Amino acid sequence: MIPEIGHFALILAFCLSIILATVPAWGAWRGNSVAMALAPSLSVGILVFVTISFGCLATAFLQDDFSVALVASHSNTLLPAIYKFSAVWGNHEGSLVLWALILAMWTAAVALFSPQLPLLVLSRVLSVMGVIAVGFLSFSLITSNPFARLLPGAPADGNDLNPLLQDPGLIIHPPLLYMGYVGFSVAFAFAIAALLGGRLDASWARWSRPWTNIAWAFLTLGIMLGSWWAYYELGWGGWWFWDPVENASFMPWLAGTALIHSLAATEKRGLFKSWTVLLAIFAFSLSLLGTFLVRSGVLTSVHAFATDPDRGLFILVFLGLVVGGSLTLYAVRAPAVSSRVSFAWVSRESLLLFNNVVFLVATLTVLFGTLFPLIVDALGMGKVSVGPPYFNAVFVPLMALLVPGMVLGPVSRWKRDNAARWRGELLIPTAVAVLCGITFPLVHAPYNVWVALAVLLSSWLLVGLAKDFWGRLRSGSNTAAGLRRLTPGYCGMVIAHLGFAACVIGVVATSQYSIEHDLKMEPGDSRELAGYTFRFLDVGQVRGPNFIADEARFEVMQNGVQVALLNPQKRRYLASGSVMTEAAIDDGMFRDLFVAMGEPVGDNGAWAIRLHYKPMVRWMWLGAIMMAVGAFTATLDKRYRRERQTADERIGAAAHGV
Amino acid sequence: MHPIRKQRLYLVLFIALFSSAAVGLVTYALRGNINLFYPPAEVVAGNAPIGQAIRVGGMVVENSVQRADDSLEIRFEVTDFKESVAVVYVGILPDLFGEGQGAVASGVLNDDGVLQATEILAKHDENYMPPEVAHALESSGYDYKGNAK
Repeated sequence: MIPEIGHFALILAFCLSIILATVPAWGAWRGNSVAMALAPSLSVGILVFVTISFGCLATAFLQDDFSVALVASHSNTLLPAIYKFSAVWGNHEGSLVLWALILAMWTAAVALFSPQLPLLVLSRVLSVMGVIAVGFLSFSLITSNPFARLLPGAPADGNDLNPLLQDPGLIIHPPLLYMGYVGFSVAFAFAIAALLGGRLDASWARWSRPWTNIAWAFLTLGIMLGSWWAYYELGWGGWWFWDPVENASFMPWLAGTALIHSLAATEKRGLFKSWTVLLAIFAFSLSLLGTFLVRSGVLTSVHAFATDPDRGLFILVFLGLVVGGSLTLYAVRAPAVSSRVSFAWVSRESLLLFNNVVFLVATLTVLFGTLFPLIVDALGMGKVSVGPPYFNAVFVPLMALLVPGMVLGPVSRWKRDNAARWRGELLIPTAVAVLCGITFPLVHAPYNVWVALAVLLSSWLLVGLAKDFWGRLRSGSNTAAGLRRLTPGYCGMVIAHLGFAACVIGVVATSQYSIEHDLKMEPGDSRELAGYTFRFLDVGQVRGPNFIADEARFEVMQNGVQVALLNPQKRRYLASGSVMTEAAIDDGMFRDLFVAMGEPVGDNGAWAIRLHYKPMVRWMWLGAIMMAVGAFTATLDKRYRRERQTADERIGAAAHGV
Repeated sequence: MHPIRKQRLYLVLFIALFSSAAVGLVTYALRGNINLFYPPAEVVAGNAPIGQAIRVGGMVVENSVQRADDSLEIRFEVTDFKESVAVVYVGILPDLFGEGQGAVASGVLNDDGVLQATEILAKHDENYMPPEVAHALESSGYDYKGNAK
């Protein structure tokens, strides 16, 4: 019964989304305020029904209702309850329901938290979101019904969830990632609404900016969690593979990064308007492209779902409609919203423009590398794959180019600045950065040029930001006054840019200084790695809730002192019989020690063992968290709320007037 | 010229220069870093280049996996059920690698027709088959158990 209620609720949500996609848009076109006023309640209605549907699916999983095909193939009675719950989105059909739920949440959030928006704009925005909801709900209902039953012949027990997904990281990674992906639909909807209305001004940018920032922050966290999960769960010790699906989440991030910077220029100076709109369309289209790549299975990837050509075709058609439709609209309406504001070359505007060009080129190179195998295959020139060296060769120089702009950005002035002042501002940071770049890598022999470069760039950024921050603190009558004058927007920028610096250091240090050994070890063997002695003590059997495992015990000593006891496991999951490596990691701010088991080798109880020494790998994830925190902080800025208060007052006054 | 026009001109020039530099970089990076996939039949027929990075994939032949006693060297054969190719790999295999399962090996072919692999990709779950392997089997006309279609 419960799955049927869920299915019914999903269909109701679909019907409501069709109404949302059409009626308020018609109202906005004809100036019918009754039709427009329907939009917020329809949005909330969709959220209610999608939530009911999601709740029913989750209930089916938690109650082990194996008559539901999805539960039978992705869950098992032995599975711990929390993984039964996360199994809801550990598969194609269920993850689409999660996608729809998050889309409904964003839509309802826009409906509820935007009293400052004129009804005309709000109804257009919500209608566009409604169109997207129609697309995804019909995708779910037509090609991937999560509630399909196995009747008669429901199995007594399920097939189990893929063991790789039985992990805390996977409980939160997909929801966060989808919050980001889907969040860009809000920026997209605002962009389309602006094109439809033909009006794009500073207040438009001010409405759209906090939503874009929040979506971008979630996407950052989602990507970061995915990388962290890959690092400890795949047993390879890698944290980024340039896998097509990783790229699929990374491209919207790159386009979104360009978008949040170009929105700054649009809000403050009324510049780059049509460009901002185009970026919003790009960011969301890339999110959809990512979905297509993951769901259609056209590329070899660690994330491939069991695939079905119909699904690929459906999402491709949807992608074509969204991209084609929005670009056509853009072509027709962009002249109406374009800006005619001039700025000098030495100004903050041109730095933001530089940022945008770099991020756009980065997006396109990643896109090209990701799609190249598909192009070659379509041309019948064979099956190729593009390896990580390609991506590293094009991506790393581009990111390095960003840093000088990031040092200058915060200290530069809008509209017109002068080069002599820039030189003055740069003098101290550059001197300190060169000094740091030369000296810091000396602590780690042999001297590494890449690390020197990374330290130079990050310390350049750090000192530049610190100098500017200090200057602003001093600008008040005292430090406390200076501190009060700092806006959340500025603080967010500082935090996020420092996060970028931390990322640069983390990525370069671990790529350059990591030591990795695959070797054969017998109990009692020791091995020295980067000054640490790894001693293989013994192997024992342990039993988990739904697996049995061989567990090795490793003792790690440094200078005769025990640093860590590491217990990597080789698990065999009972339901599916699949084998999985559980790495053991001793984490630290400056280095991770990583041990994973391969397979038994020979007759003496020897195992293939993977030992890694990974310096500063945490900095990369820490940096990503800082970027997200920065983006959240920036949305706290008063100017996003001030207008809401005045809007509330207007409403209040109107109510009193009645 | 109108100042805004002039600014646009510079902007376009800048973007053109920057993107051609990027295109140059992309072509350069792409030249050395793409790996073509060959089904075993093609490799045995001598169509695969020797001494160049390629990928070979198919089903791992039953009872073909041999391990060295003193190192992590592993030998096995992959087949499309027409021909098979020997693969040598030193290191730790992915968890889902197994005899009778699909796998893709990337590496360099030596003069004896043995692939010296640097990376092995296995399928990731029960329902999933690497697209290249599926393609190789399709062109050889066998299903994944080796039955002629």
